[in-house]
Amino acid sequence: MRLLNASGCLDALAAPEVARELDGFVTKTVTPLPREGAAPPRIAETAHGMLNAIGLANPGRERFLADHLPRLRELGVPVWVSVGGFCADDYAETCSRLTDIEAVELNLSCPNVDEAADSAAEIVAACRSATPLPLYAKLSAAHPDIAEVARAVAAAGADGLSLVNTLRGTALDKQLRPMLARGSGGYSGPALKPVALHAVRVCAEATGLPIVGMGGVASGRDALEFLACGARDVALGTVLFSDPGAPARVRSELAAACADAGVASPDDAVGIAKTPETGEKITA
Amino acid sequence: MPNAARLSVTGSERVGPYTLVRVERRGIEPGAAGQFFMLEAPGRLLPRPFSLCIAPPGELGFLVDPIGPGTEAIAALAPGDEIGVLGPLGNGYRLDVERPLLVGGGIGIAPLPYLLEQLGGSAPVALGFRSAEHAEAASLLPGAEVVVDPVLVTELIEPDSAGRDWDVLACGPEPMLRAVAALCPTAQLAWEAPMACGYGACYGCVVEIDSALKRLCLEGPVLDASRVRPQVEAVA
Ligand SMILES: Cc1cc2nc3c(=O)[nH]c(=O)nc-3n(C[C@H](O)[C@H](O)[C@H](O)COP(=O)(O)OP(=O)(O)OC[C@H]3O[C@@H](n4cnc5c(N)ncnc54)[C@H](O)[C@@H]3O)c2cc1C
Ligand SMILES: Cc1cc2nc3c(=O)[nH]c(=O)nc-3n(C[C@H](O)[C@H](O)[C@H](O)COP(=O)(O)O)c2cc1C
Ligand code: FES
Repeated sequence: MRLLNASGCLDALAAPEVARELDGFVTKTVTPLPREGAAPPRIAETAHGMLNAIGLANPGRERFLADHLPRLRELGVPVWVSVGGFCADDYAETCSRLTDIEAVELNLSCPNVDEAADSAAEIVAACRSATPLPLYAKLSAAHPDIAEVARAVAAAGADGLSLVNTLRGTALDKQLRPMLARGSGGYSGPALKPVALHAVRVCAEATGLPIVGMGGVASGRDALEFLACGARDVALGTVLFSDPGAPARVRSELAAACADAGVASPDDAVGIAKTPETGEKITA
Repeated sequence: MPNAARLSVTGSERVGPYTLVRVERRGIEPGAAGQFFMLEAPGRLLPRPFSLCIAPPGELGFLVDPIGPGTEAIAALAPGDEIGVLGPLGNGYRLDVERPLLVGGGIGIAPLPYLLEQLGGSAPVALGFRSAEHAEAASLLPGAEVVVDPVLVTELIEPDSAGRDWDVLACGPEPMLRAVAALCPTAQLAWEAPMACGYGACYGCVVEIDSALKRLCLEGPVLDASRVRPQVEAVA
């Protein structure tokens, strides 16, 4: 099992000591052109999670490649680049320019991008012909049948899946005004965990692809549950905001959680939360 | 990376409508005046940013204005409770100024006691509050000049008897800071924004700095007045 950060939840150049505790650093999503991002306020806490509308703020492909990526490589942590765009060509062009990194994560939940199976597959196919690097397709659980999308991106050449991205949410302040300038934003944190565990289970069954599981992971026990549902690796997102020491903590808690559950090691836990032997599938 | 620790609360006392929460210092440095700390808000998902208010030996003190769930939870802490503390974070005020004048509005008084201590204790202080009850917090800075609404603290900023301008070090609500920026182009302003992480991870805390959206937790919270727009155009 590798422990990563979730895209957009850590800046390795601002906090290299945190990134060095991980088995891989995933960048914030890089788009072809620089994006200043959304107007503030961009974040709001809710009862069981948080909303963000950062608006994919990023330096854009050219500055990322010329300035950020060389510095990230120097950290000594395997780098995963999260790629975004507005059409398949945007994604493919960025992929074709990436070298000397661990993997590419395709953020298929970008504004303008339809997360339906056929459009997701089109993007993955375009990237597949653009790069030999491992391609992880990152999906949100907003699609009514995420297993269908997973099968489509697998058929298009994805090497793995990153599950899940945020869900859309709204929060209102005392005066009943939306708390985010954008009105709505991505919902993350503990509330997402059951949704994410389901997505991991059904996509693991549907494709057999390696999965990076994420969504509300805050403890070693949470990480173990993602592994048990079929994730091979785990990513930490929102928890990093309240606890930059989470990577080391989750790792040591994970060892204890394995012992508690009678599992020899994290890797032995992968996929053990199988449907009981009634033959019934817990999918869908 | 700043230090993180779980620290015991050593005291909690009312100062007007605010609460001064003290925690043991242990491995955590007080840092420079104007830097901030992320304090765990019990029962909440995200920590909240606070300026260091006082740094007595062995302790760190934070002045808390209970305006919402996070600040209320922190103000309700009792001696013996433990909370997570991360810091010091961001930058502080530059202290190499010739004629410092400390200006605070409301809870913006928070960083000024530690700032005054760091300056050697001799600078003049001007404070503005919304009500007489809020003005009780001025007891943290004996000798300060204090005004209460409708008099504005900016009215206290005048060249001294020799006609020389002050080096203003300010903290307060955004309209006050923009007014100070318009009056004193060399002022240093402790700005605010909602923050999820305090260390550059979330991109949630952006503010318009040098005409672009930048992360306040890394660029600030103390900003030179020249980096912000003195007035925001009214939105039609
Ligand atoms: C660098 C820094 C230093 C600070 N120092 C202090 C301090 O010493 N003492 C103190 O009492 N407070 C301080 N604050 C403000 C404090 O962090 C917020 O009041 C707190 O996060 C609000 O949380 P809450 O859950 O109580 O209220 P919420 O429900 O989060 O907020 C209540 C209302 O205040 C608004 N709000 C929330 N956070 C901020 C913010 N940071 N800036 C402007 N408006 C906001 C919300 O939009 C909402 O309308 C500081 C903020 C920053 C950025
Ligand atoms: C502030 C913030 C910014 C994010 N930015 C991105 C992003 O740029 N690209 C992306 O694919 N996911 C982004 N995400 C989603 C996370 O990578 C992750 O999928 C999601 O937050 C669920 O994990 P968590 O509950 O552990 O946070 C962001 C999430 C947050 C909270
Ligand atoms: S508070 Fe998270 S980036 Fe500044």
